[in-house]
Amino acid sequence: MAEIPKEEFLLPTTSACAGCSSSLCLRYILKASGPDTVLVIPACCTSVIQGMYPKTAFQVPVYNIAFAAAASCASGMSAAFRALGRKTKVIVYAGDGGTVDIGLQALSGAFERETDFLYICYDNEAYGNTGMQRSGATPVGARTTTTPGGKTHPKKDIELIVEAHRPPYLATACSAYPTDLFQKVKKALAIPGASFIHILAPCPTGWKFPPGKTIEVGKLAVKTGMWVLYEREYGRLAISAPSKGAMTRPLPLTDYLSTQGRFAGITPEQVQELEGEIARRREHLLREVE
Amino acid sequence: MHTIATGNRGVAEAVREAKPGVIAAYPITPQTEIVELIAQFVAGGTMAGTYIPVESEHSALAACIGASAAGVRTFTATSSQGLLYMHEMLHWAAGARLPVVMANVNRAVAPPWNVWADHTDSLSQRDTGWLQVYVATAQEAYDTTLMAFRIAEHEEVLLPVMVNLDGFVLSHTMQPLETTPAGDFIPPLHLPHAIDTSQPAGYGPLTGPEYYYTFRWEMERSMRDARQVIREVEEAFYQKFGRRYGPSEEYRMEDAEVAIVAMGTLGREAQVAVDRLRGEGIPAGALRLRWFRPFPRLDLAGREVVVIDRDYSFGFGGVLARSLQATTPCEPYSVIAGLGGQEVTYADIAGFVRQRRPGDEYWFGVDAGV
Amino acid sequence: MPVFEIRIHSRGGQGGVTAARLIALAAFYDGKQATATPFYGAERRGAPIVAFVRICDTPIRTCSQVKEPDLVVVLDPTLLPTVNVLKGLAPGGTVLLNSPHKVALDGFRTVTADLTGIALVLDLVIAGSPVLDTSVLGVLAKIGVITLDSAKRAIAENFTDARNVAAAERAYQEVAA
Repeated sequence: MAEIPKEEFLLPTTSACAGCSSSLCLRYILKASGPDTVLVIPACCTSVIQGMYPKTAFQVPVYNIAFAAAASCASGMSAAFRALGRKTKVIVYAGDGGTVDIGLQALSGAFERETDFLYICYDNEAYGNTGMQRSGATPVGARTTTTPGGKTHPKKDIELIVEAHRPPYLATACSAYPTDLFQKVKKALAIPGASFIHILAPCPTGWKFPPGKTIEVGKLAVKTGMWVLYEREYGRLAISAPSKGAMTRPLPLTDYLSTQGRFAGITPEQVQELEGEIARRREHLLREVE
Repeated sequence: MHTIATGNRGVAEAVREAKPGVIAAYPITPQTEIVELIAQFVAGGTMAGTYIPVESEHSALAACIGASAAGVRTFTATSSQGLLYMHEMLHWAAGARLPVVMANVNRAVAPPWNVWADHTDSLSQRDTGWLQVYVATAQEAYDTTLMAFRIAEHEEVLLPVMVNLDGFVLSHTMQPLETTPAGDFIPPLHLPHAIDTSQPAGYGPLTGPEYYYTFRWEMERSMRDARQVIREVEEAFYQKFGRRYGPSEEYRMEDAEVAIVAMGTLGREAQVAVDRLRGEGIPAGALRLRWFRPFPRLDLAGREVVVIDRDYSFGFGGVLARSLQATTPCEPYSVIAGLGGQEVTYADIAGFVRQRRPGDEYWFGVDAGV
Repeated sequence: MPVFEIRIHSRGGQGGVTAARLIALAAFYDGKQATATPFYGAERRGAPIVAFVRICDTPIRTCSQVKEPDLVVVLDPTLLPTVNVLKGLAPGGTVLLNSPHKVALDGFRTVTADLTGIALVLDLVIAGSPVLDTSVLGVLAKIGVITLDSAKRAIAENFTDARNVAAAERAYQEVAA
């Protein structure tokens, strides 16, 4: 297990909301990656967190690109660096909207071409930067400004979609477990080719919980099995330590749902649907691990 | 309902009145309130119709095209990057002769990212065959959106209409708004070429050089006919609702010796500048151009002209200034101001008039001129 | 009546923009023309924001930022050291401050009201933030910018929680002019 370096690549006092998962994750991701890194970011909360011209909150170059194009831009950039003989790490850092919705075509293309890069999706389950409208990653029952009655369609399974491209490394993480994230980023960057990390990023502003509870909400997501921490190296599954308990003795889902105002109107049927989905996924993963 | 409401709300309320069957849209600052209100109206049962929260703007317009082709009234809204992302489909909607109505909340284009008011987004789409109108108040946003459906769906037009409103300055500013029920103002949509499985046809198939140009001519013919349709619809609106607009809004132009021409909220801000200049003995007037496509033939004879462009066409000039020069004798003092939400007050506009030099170009905030 | 211009200083999430809208609505119910304009960008909590209100008897044709306010409202006193809230305010102009004690600002008339205290007493707190945007209307009514009746109507129409109207009434009673 690699030691976490002390050097910071994200300056303090960014314009992130109080309790933001993303800025916490970025610190650990950049510690894992080091100074020879370029962040490619489409429109997302990070576009604002980086700060306004003429300042930047980052100690690595940040390349801003159009919403739909992060993975394709990164694809070209990575090819160019390799052609120059440089080992610069190209990391796409995109929200869920920019990944599972508008960014999906570019993502698929980049993975199909085995682009040498790391694609990180930090998932706050809505379009955060524009005021919390629904995305394809919004779960059933969640209220957003465009699903005022709670979302009826299920959360798109981006892990399954990316896995279909047979990447050498795919993992999930959560802002509540930053050292786990750090280790996974280190591992991903050591493997050539296209890697994917999907981070659950609880968002106090959008999910409607007090800013001091971000870590607690993230831990409940994992302990209820709503979010499973795992890795796949060349497809081979390994459940991460913090998720092991939830595989056999998960906490009741309502422990997680009740912390967030966005689930205030969720119906019993929707809760059952989510519980069923959690149980199915758990069985599936357990069977695979055996 | 008579209240204070944002420009975005004005649009959303009008869309509710127009009762589209399908709305497909994707959120982007500063349009989001339109989309959120529509989602709330539909979820709350106060608005009929299906709201499709699509995964991108390109898909938003593509979905509207599909719905419109089926003969159903459609609406979408976007801004800036979203409009640019739709560009291919803007051409498609016009070429397919579909009466889609879209609200575009004018916002600057990236890079660098900028969320504030700027007309480059819509003006860069001026060749796509869409009608374009620019509004300056929440009331006008409501009224014009209602009229847009009737104009677009008119049998002599059958072209999509883009209603433009300035980002934040109008979209988010609350102003008095009176929403009157549309009643029968917008007749039901009858799309002559709606998909009909009992009369199967190919839509937009490969078309050779011997025929293609005829379709483009038909589009232009309808664009020209639209001038008269716009006049008739605005007259009918006035008869029913008592509010009148026109191809442009003129303020103290009768005896004006220098005309300030602009679009959107700056066109209204210019009226305050006119009052100030008149107080100094400068006989100024303001002309707020509303309908940009089809472009009007303005008569500016005998007047000096100061044009404010909240946009730019690189290597060429301000789009409004150059459009005027191309269509009517004038030598405008072309001012480029308000890009990316650059603050422009009535005091600044009065300054442009005082410093005017016919035929020159002035970038507000930049020392070098042309 | 020349246009009366108000500039409201707050932090994102405190309701500065909502306050502007409610004030404009109340003025509208008083039979005036009114506009409310926020000045902000992407959604971000805690950042300083400004909102403007204009009130006039005749239609308001300007949407540009208020440069010479007649009244400055400061919902968050922690802004005072970092933001020049007095910029453009004419000598003798009025500053309305959310503060538990009287504040003196040389050359300006100050009106203080403990809006935070009122919110806490009524337990009018949302997601950890005391609600300030409804009570402030009570103060504006006291100094004559809008009527209390219109203020209460504007609030009641927009908030189902009756404590919001109560907060405005309390502020009206308690303001130290």
